[in-house]
Amino acid sequence: MIIKGGIVYDPANGIFGEEMDICIENGRIAEDAGGEVIDARGLLVMPGGVDAHSHIAGPKLNTGRIMRPDDSRMGTEPRTRVCRPSTGYTVPNCYAIGYRYARLGYTTAFEAATPIIEARHTHEELEEIPIVDKGALTLFGSNWTVMECVRENDMDMLAAYVAWGLRAARGYGVKIVNPGGGEAWGFGSNVKSVHDPVPHFDVTPAQIIRALAEVNERLRLPHSIHLHFNNLGRPGNYTTAIETLELLKDIKPSRMRQVVHVAHMQFSAYGGTGWKDFESKASAIAEYFNQTNHATMDLGQIIFGPATTMTADAPLEYANARIGHQKWSNHDIELEESSGVVPWVYTRKMPVNAVQWAIGLELALLTKDPWKVVMTTDHPNGGPFVNYPEIISLLMSREKREEEMKTLHEVVRSRSTLPSIEREMDWSEIVIMTRAAPARILGLEDKGHLGIGADGDVSIYNIRPDEIDPSKDHAVVKAGMSRAKYTIKGGAVVVRDGEIVAAPQGRTYWVDAAVPESDMDRMLSSLKEKFERYYSIRMSNYMVQDAYVPNPVVVNAGMQPLKEVI
Amino acid sequence: MRLQIEDVLCTFCGCLCDDIKVEVDEGRIEKVRGACRLGSSKIMGHNRIKSPMIRVNGELKEISYEEAYRRAAEILINARHPLLYGWASTTCEALKKGILLAEEIGGVVDTTATVCHGPSIIGIEEKGAVGSTLGQIKNRADLIVFWGCNPSEAHPRHTLRYSSNACGRFTPDGRKGRKVLVVDVRETRTARNADRFLRIQPGTDYEIISALRMIIGGKADSLPEDVAGVSKKELIEIAEMMKSAKFGAIFFGLGLTHSRGRYKNVDNALSLVSELNSHTKFVIMAMRGHYNVTGAGQVLAWSSGYPMAVDYARGAPYYNPGETSCCDLLSRRDVDAALIIASDPASNLPRGCVEALAEMPVIQIDPFENPTTLFADVVIPSAIAGIEVEGTAYRMDGLSLRLRKLVDVEYPGDVEILQAILDNVRRLRDDN
Repeated sequence: MIIKGGIVYDPANGIFGEEMDICIENGRIAEDAGGEVIDARGLLVMPGGVDAHSHIAGPKLNTGRIMRPDDSRMGTEPRTRVCRPSTGYTVPNCYAIGYRYARLGYTTAFEAATPIIEARHTHEELEEIPIVDKGALTLFGSNWTVMECVRENDMDMLAAYVAWGLRAARGYGVKIVNPGGGEAWGFGSNVKSVHDPVPHFDVTPAQIIRALAEVNERLRLPHSIHLHFNNLGRPGNYTTAIETLELLKDIKPSRMRQVVHVAHMQFSAYGGTGWKDFESKASAIAEYFNQTNHATMDLGQIIFGPATTMTADAPLEYANARIGHQKWSNHDIELEESSGVVPWVYTRKMPVNAVQWAIGLELALLTKDPWKVVMTTDHPNGGPFVNYPEIISLLMSREKREEEMKTLHEVVRSRSTLPSIEREMDWSEIVIMTRAAPARILGLEDKGHLGIGADGDVSIYNIRPDEIDPSKDHAVVKAGMSRAKYTIKGGAVVVRDGEIVAAPQGRTYWVDAAVPESDMDRMLSSLKEKFERYYSIRMSNYMVQDAYVPNPVVVNAGMQPLKEVI
Repeated sequence: MRLQIEDVLCTFCGCLCDDIKVEVDEGRIEKVRGACRLGSSKIMGHNRIKSPMIRVNGELKEISYEEAYRRAAEILINARHPLLYGWASTTCEALKKGILLAEEIGGVVDTTATVCHGPSIIGIEEKGAVGSTLGQIKNRADLIVFWGCNPSEAHPRHTLRYSSNACGRFTPDGRKGRKVLVVDVRETRTARNADRFLRIQPGTDYEIISALRMIIGGKADSLPEDVAGVSKKELIEIAEMMKSAKFGAIFFGLGLTHSRGRYKNVDNALSLVSELNSHTKFVIMAMRGHYNVTGAGQVLAWSSGYPMAVDYARGAPYYNPGETSCCDLLSRRDVDAALIIASDPASNLPRGCVEALAEMPVIQIDPFENPTTLFADVVIPSAIAGIEVEGTAYRMDGLSLRLRKLVDVEYPGDVEILQAILDNVRRLRDDN
């Protein structure tokens, strides 16, 4: 396949809006190729989108669907010759997730949080999501074995457990959510700071985070730890955020990437002492990111309208349900985590929501280096991912931001710095935030760029970058980005003129990390006892079987330096 | 050669116990250890349907699988609005095929949940559900409430493995360290083993739960001295018992979902638990009956957005329990053919619905003969999931587990059968 004459943005390879041809052969970007010729003359061409943090599969999602038939009624599309039926807006069915990502020009999406014991369910849903490549991050932050290893300062055993846990869950990386809080929630409490001990376990969140970060690097995992801070969603929590980031400053990354990725930073950049004097502290956070290089973040931008909040931060969801007088689902997971689901609506005239909206944009615009900031809505917590084009148009146009602010509660002007921000992003920065950076942050070497050998994932938009001015023509930007002219996945056209024309099965990434056999044996013998005494299922029925990952991409990691595979 | 297989999953009830030992000799199951009597008898097996059959002049006549598939496809194609019902005792993979089939023929997929815990699901739609995995309860709960359920007889290993009698990290003394409260209309075996039994009059669950909510919400003063035959004093004691637990768990059964008030009872119970969390830690869980009725709801939810009663007649999923649920469709004669799989509606649906089924062409897919077979027009015997074929099932707490295959048989599995019917549907359509 040859994509001819597009205006190509491939920042990872130093290409910033050059007219050039892209060739795809055998599913990968190549020097030259034959076959189909796609006329992209003058059109915006970039690598397929990569979503590094999205809740797309697993028990939380399905709980959201089950408790929200009202949401499933939205976005209904009947089956077509190619597509199975779609339903839902904030909690779409599996098919809709794949089709909608593809229509936006996205070809990769990672599920952000899965307990090991429920990973089988996650993979069942991932398998049902068509087109996109995917993976799932595995939760370790309130895990008994993790906390016991940390308490005993047994890093060898912790490394063995993390490696085993990733294998058991067919997981891609280490996710930490409100570390220790999930365990405390087991008896209805929470941890209130990174130094607040976890009940019954005699460890602190700070120790859990540091130990997992060290082990993450020791195992040379492709992705860093992926962290949802303690105190998330609370006024004044930006201090917890900075305190936590400070903990990790001296850890050396084992690969060319950050040592910590902060999930949905917007929810942890809050000032004030309560909801009444709630204000944005995005500038303090952005300043911290500008001065340090060990952390990256994704936005967790909020979108006005309905959302479904879902997180492994169960105490947070309890608080949300109480604040919003909303229905509430909770799910505590033996020995591992807890989680909650609460429907939500973000309202323009609500002061807190208006400031939250500003914080996401401020974080993106005040952080100088776009490689440190990934665009997400923490789907469906801040809002559904289908709204990414809206965010892109806001980041590219001060005029659009001004127009929007006129419709919001007036506190958005006094409690955030957004009105004074003049920066307007260009296409290169948008491509970095939506493709290149998430791929690099996740450690996906073949994604997010168009270099020779990269995956043949390309999106082409009906936008002429040489002819339009995104700061003025923001409506054109939003409309164009919402319906890719072409989405090409692994060298196959899957979207043409915004319609799905093919729905191939994507692949699932997981990480197999090697540890010394003696450590693994020692860990397993202690783990067996835990299964006998505390788990309600048998160890032999725990691991995700190969049947659930029919299209795997196994990424090797581990303590030994990687050998060149010829 | 005698083979011992460990950690086998029992495909009887929603406990989905996964610690069963099965001895297999020459491809036959010889012995089952560790299962309850219900589970053992299921795993040991009994009279199977031997061959596919179709009804000719009122009599079932043996035919080949190929003919049965073709006949089933004809019935489905010729129907205006077919119903695909059951799914509680088969794998998630089978239901996935069933949904695909329903999408193609514009049918309705409904599960046995609509006649058991359907009201619970509607309650969850109203209020959400504050739950946990069973292991969490085993490790932490110091108060267990069984409301309108009788695990001693319906889920025999539940108490020992997961709830009142289980030992865990924070519950090392098992039953001795716990309190058990049973709320029921009669003194069941479960009630006889409880620390406290609250016997209520049939159909008064809603009033009792409301009274408990009022007491817990600090409004005891407004209550009369007697609520539906239970003294205020006793209710206050029970509310206190709940509030003072470190971790409480309510398990509820059809006694709550099928007494007067139905989903409102569940809604109320879910609210009670939600409110108890202002005082302590509390969770609630439905006692699911069939081993994979939970999984059927999960698969439907991720495929269609809805957990049961999904109508594909419009090309897109449409859900309105009361309209699209099997009993409503049958009683209105709004479906004109049925594919019944892994269930026995003839024994479980209201009489009017069974009469409606008897009047229409019925395809039955099941390993065993049951009263539904008596009026089925096409009978397709299948392999037993979890014994003869692999697959996925969900335990009552939502944990997904992989069923094992223990022995080889000639029978095709449900997935294979449904795929063959789907292939025939596509072929017959192409011919036309």
